Amino acid sequence: MGDRTPTIVGIGLSDYPRTPHLDALAHHGLAIRRALDDSGVRKADIDGLLCFGSYGIDDAVTMAELLGINYNYLDGTFAGGTVFEFYVQHAAAAIAHGDCETVLITYGSDLLSKQGRTLGTQLYSSGNRQGGPLQFEMPYGSPLVSGYALAARRHMHEYGTTSEQLARVAVDMRSNAAMNPLAMYRDPLTVEDVLASRMISDPLHMLDCCVISDGGGAVLMTTAERARDLRQTPIFVRGAATAQTHWNISAMPDFTVTAAAQSGPAAFAKAGITAADVDTLMLYDSFTITVLLLLEDLGFCQKGEGGAFLDANRLTYDGDLPTNTDGGGLSSCHPGMRGIFLLIESVRQLRGQAGPAQVADAEIAVACGSGGQLSCMGTVVLGKEKS
Amino acid sequence: MNADTPVEGRILPLPNSSTQPFWDATTRGELVVQWCDECQEAQFHPGPLCRTCGGEPGWKVTNGQGVVYTYTIVHQSRTPPFDKLVPYIVAMIDLDDGPRMMTNVIGCPIDEVHVGMRVEVAFAAEVDGISLPFWQAADGGGAA
Repeated sequence: MGDRTPTIVGIGLSDYPRTPHLDALAHHGLAIRRALDDSGVRKADIDGLLCFGSYGIDDAVTMAELLGINYNYLDGTFAGGTVFEFYVQHAAAAIAHGDCETVLITYGSDLLSKQGRTLGTQLYSSGNRQGGPLQFEMPYGSPLVSGYALAARRHMHEYGTTSEQLARVAVDMRSNAAMNPLAMYRDPLTVEDVLASRMISDPLHMLDCCVISDGGGAVLMTTAERARDLRQTPIFVRGAATAQTHWNISAMPDFTVTAAAQSGPAAFAKAGITAADVDTLMLYDSFTITVLLLLEDLGFCQKGEGGAFLDANRLTYDGDLPTNTDGGGLSSCHPGMRGIFLLIESVRQLRGQAGPAQVADAEIAVACGSGGQLSCMGTVVLGKEKS
Repeated sequence: MNADTPVEGRILPLPNSSTQPFWDATTRGELVVQWCDECQEAQFHPGPLCRTCGGEPGWKVTNGQGVVYTYTIVHQSRTPPFDKLVPYIVAMIDLDDGPRMMTNVIGCPIDEVHVGMRVEVAFAAEVDGISLPFWQAADGGGAA
């Protein structure tokens, strides 16, 4: 039997940030075709499919039909925007185990064109009654952004973190976006700009919130053995781990600690790395506070020291810890579920294809997504070398 | 204590087998949480079993008092009736009896709300059979 190390061999981005001519399905199609071209994988060789979408439109079984995939492995797990890191964990196990040979992870969304930018200020409920655990949140009018504001406030209370420190995340993401011609916002930003933007849910300002865009992405994975015959430098999955502390924000056990404190060390241990080994980092920047919490939970600094870390370290492509080198969700692209873009930008960096935002000699990339409201965390370690 | 805050137009709970006793209690002016005799632990949200031992939980009446664990001032909310209520407080309350609950802190200027503030429950008048619990500053207990 050949080398079954799980390997990313193809990536494809659809168009972003504003694509009124494309619906969600068209984003899937564009991204998949580009990933096939990128990799040299034949469509007929795909025998695993992992995706989550609207039921009847682009959910896993509907997509298997629409894409004509005769699968040996199917996964429609839902875990919010980080689900694509969950898919890498699942696909890596399935490939290593021999359940399938070549898998497709796909995502497409027309969120901006369909809905516009709401800054997470909308309540999503069908009708005037709310079942499930959300029945204890919905009557109090806590929109998505407020969950993150609750976490930010608690972090400020416990550790003295400031709005200025959070704003640094948005400023650095904007610097990275300036290198990405496709990014939604590219004009330089200052800490003062962030603090002067209107308050949405105190202490989070408008510029602490991610953009809403359209977009899609596809990732192809297979064995290291098969990767040898394909077009691109193989990028190996060195470790992947997932965890969840809660689903609904009011059930979060400690508002300053995410499940990345579990998934991060687990993924790093599987990969045999520490935070010091990471050359480039892709963090789900739904809001500035998300990045601060993930930096702490992944071990780039101690719990509570995220603010001081952001004072002392730049997250820019040419900075101390190059993070979200495409400009992130805060400035570039966030069609609702950003996790797949973390994987794709990681692969671009490790292949040396990240253009003006290329990190020199990037050998190890970490992607850590956040799904729900700081609920589900998936951490993936990718490398140019195997573990 | 009764809450004087608008409830009309809010999305109301749809009780299920786990949560019905909670909402039955609020209409009686009681704030209850699930209680496991085995573990001697309270839990919220209510669920079908004790999340520690897997046993069948009972119920315990709380004193309805606690402290603000964290809060946010919502300045922008698109969904009625909250678009008309901004700015308002969304807070997490750590109950003296254990669990944590989301609510609106009402009855005081929003800039007086702070982490560690002592608060007590106040029930809104029933709307469509539901009495929502809110929290307000506890008597003489505004200190952090």
